[in-house]
Amino acid sequence: MHLFYGIGKYVMLMKRVFARPQKRVIFRHQLFTEIQNLGIDSLGIVVFISLFMGAVVAIQTAYNIDSPLIPLSMVGFTARQSVILEFSPTVISLILAGKVGSSIASQIGTMRVTEQIDALEIMGVNSANHLIFPKVVASILINPVLIVVSMWMGILGGWLAGVFTGLVSTHDYVTGIRLDFQAYTIFYAIAKTIVFAFIISTVSGFFGYETEGGALEVGQASTKAVVYSSILIILFNLVLTQLLLT
Amino acid sequence: MIEAKNLNKYFGDNHVLIDVSHRFEKGKTNLVIGQSGSGKTVFMKLLVGLLEVDSGEVLYDGKDFTKMNFEHRKAIRQEIGMLFQGSALFDSLNVEQNVMFPLNMFTQRTLEDKLERVNFVLKRVNLENVNPLMPSELSGGMRKRVAIARAIAMNPQYLFCDEPNSGLDPQTSGVIDILIQEITLEYQITTIVNTHDMNSVLSIGDNVAFIYKGRLWWKGNKNEILQTNNKELNDFVFGTELTSRLKK
Ligand SMILES: Nc1ncnc2c1ncn2[C@@H]1O[C@H](COP(=O)(O)OP(=O)(O)OP(=O)(O)O)[C@@H](O)[C@H]1O
Ligand SMILES: [Mg+2]
Repeated sequence: MHLFYGIGKYVMLMKRVFARPQKRVIFRHQLFTEIQNLGIDSLGIVVFISLFMGAVVAIQTAYNIDSPLIPLSMVGFTARQSVILEFSPTVISLILAGKVGSSIASQIGTMRVTEQIDALEIMGVNSANHLIFPKVVASILINPVLIVVSMWMGILGGWLAGVFTGLVSTHDYVTGIRLDFQAYTIFYAIAKTIVFAFIISTVSGFFGYETEGGALEVGQASTKAVVYSSILIILFNLVLTQLLLT
Repeated sequence: MIEAKNLNKYFGDNHVLIDVSHRFEKGKTNLVIGQSGSGKTVFMKLLVGLLEVDSGEVLYDGKDFTKMNFEHRKAIRQEIGMLFQGSALFDSLNVEQNVMFPLNMFTQRTLEDKLERVNFVLKRVNLENVNPLMPSELSGGMRKRVAIARAIAMNPQYLFCDEPNSGLDPQTSGVIDILIQEITLEYQITTIVNTHDMNSVLSIGDNVAFIYKGRLWWKGNKNEILQTNNKELNDFVFGTELTSRLKK
């Protein structure tokens, strides 16, 4: 009952979010600001995590190949497949749900409890559209870029690890990452990323917008935003994997 | 002129406003007074449509606001300025951008034109050279004044102020009261002020409505309020040490 009530409220809010912005100039300005805040500012952590995860995948695979029948190029192949198919789109989106989701929810939640949203409404501004829509569009545009960067970094990390530990030669690794490459996997990853970006921005926007009370509730809203976006990402990941890869 | 007719509002089983009818006059500072929790904020939010009425009408110059759709309300809302209890300045924008916000959103004026208007209203509330400051860098009284400047930037026909003096020292709150009254007279606005500050009532109360436990209990002006026999109102007015000593 509670769940359905929540979903109903979410749908009602989204109807107000997806409207034409009242002033195009202002929207464009907000969009650039959000691309900066939600995207560019996350670049550092995305690069860092991707490099190290790629490295770990490569090292793990290299150590686990003990049969002489399996060529060492499998290290590159495995690193590429796991990074492109799951690690970059799903794990990085989960990280972004934590970083971006909590910031969206607490920003909008604070505006709610300090009556800034009421102030917008009083002026005749559609506050849901004004506050949430630029974030949704920015996320959908910038998250795929972050995910592509993450793919490169993950594969690079694997290569660096292989070469520095002496487990895999550059030649073997490169052979591996070129083996049986299908461009479709990139499309699959980006499609998932876009769905996840939509989930992160709208769900966090929803919890922020529906905050009632004070500072304590803003904190709770931001926790809920992260928890629910993460759960939804995991669920949709399963569904999309089924849909897109069969 | 704004008229409330038989407004009722429930929160669950809690009947917060009971059959409230009142007329707020143009060019006057209309006060709504009452104890904490009596329903002043709810009343104001019903008038501007931030809360929906359960029954009754809110007439803006004869037009029923409660039955309007978003587009029609938007037209009226652009005639409304509101000062919130906590100022509600946008904390990601500086003073200038805050005051300019409604102008950016709803007018096609040039930047120069908008800047001129911003500086004019800021000057009107006695603030100069604060344009680049962020709200976090202002004192409470300055924030209230910036909020007033933002509320009057679009030349509103109706001005709503929810406890404009809360959290201010008596002198500063006097300055804010006078400012609100002057602006009201100067531009012939219909102004509504929620307060529980007796200083304000006695200095600017042209038309006072006293709300008691959700009902409109008494109406009058600042002179009548000192002579009334209404028990609940007397308890409210002379409830403090200072006022009760003055009465003796
Ligand atoms: N959103 C809400 N949900 C449930 N009850 C509410 C809500 N808002 C107000 N109330 C109730 O309505 C009553 C009137 O509240 P209101 O905020 O109007 O008081 P007030 O006169 O403005 O008080 P104060 O002077 O302290 O601001 C209170 O009993 C309050 O508990
Ligand atoms: Mg109040």
